Amino acid sequence: MTEVSPRLSQYVVGFAAGMLLWVLLTGTSDGQELLAGVLVVAATMAVAGPRLAILGGVRLVPSAAVALVAYLGYFFYALVRANLDVARRVLSPSLPIRPAVVEVRTGLKSRLGRLLLANSITLTPGTLSVDVRGDRILVHWIDASPGTDLESATRRIAAGFERHIRGFLQ
Amino acid sequence: MRWVGDVFLLIGAAFSFLGALGLVRMPDVFNRIQTGTKAVTLGALSFLLGIGFLHPEWWTKLVCIGGFILVTSPVSSSALARAFLIAGVRPWRAPEDREAPAREEG
Repeated sequence: MTEVSPRLSQYVVGFAAGMLLWVLLTGTSDGQELLAGVLVVAATMAVAGPRLAILGGVRLVPSAAVALVAYLGYFFYALVRANLDVARRVLSPSLPIRPAVVEVRTGLKSRLGRLLLANSITLTPGTLSVDVRGDRILVHWIDASPGTDLESATRRIAAGFERHIRGFLQ
Repeated sequence: MRWVGDVFLLIGAAFSFLGALGLVRMPDVFNRIQTGTKAVTLGALSFLLGIGFLHPEWWTKLVCIGGFILVTSPVSSSALARAFLIAGVRPWRAPEDREAPAREEG
């Protein structure tokens, strides 16, 4: 299975996302509504398409769908865990936090991939993405043990997400 | 259906409350952003899920709103945190870490 070029990929992904949004907003699968949606989304893509280069990093291979579902499952699990973690810290009288700013490294190449990774890090237990500089993401970590270096922080914060995101983004 | 929706609304309210409590209790702006973002994001999603149970005919629009919150909420938090760091706000350190050199960022 060959991968689609980024230029074609960004139109295909943009069109699919637009149609999904249209169907969700209209709430029907009626033929005429869908036809109107195709026209509207095609017109939108014609105008906005060249500026959607950020979508070019999506890998259009069948296994990407599986990876996306696996990522979403992992993400929501991490989101719920993050909230229980926050609840525990906020409610305990001694306020057990030990914050520090650490760096993690990412192997993701596309801007969309890095955006998604940074967003995921923000919504998971005790970590907040502060800045993205090249292949480094600056993370405020609420519970950093002393002497945490780049490698161990990368392993504990980013590696799990990156493995899942890599399945559908470059 | 009715009471399942009510339970999710209650959970959403509880997490939103925890987020607000975190804003009061945390020592500096970065930690406040942390608790605020996480608790309020899940709280809002839980509200949406509860509304979905109470009004099943709205679920497609609720999915749109939920997706929008999931994408925009962490972006705004990161933008705020980045602005504070660039403006020179130093992250709060636990007393036992004060001697260790904090990362210098400009």
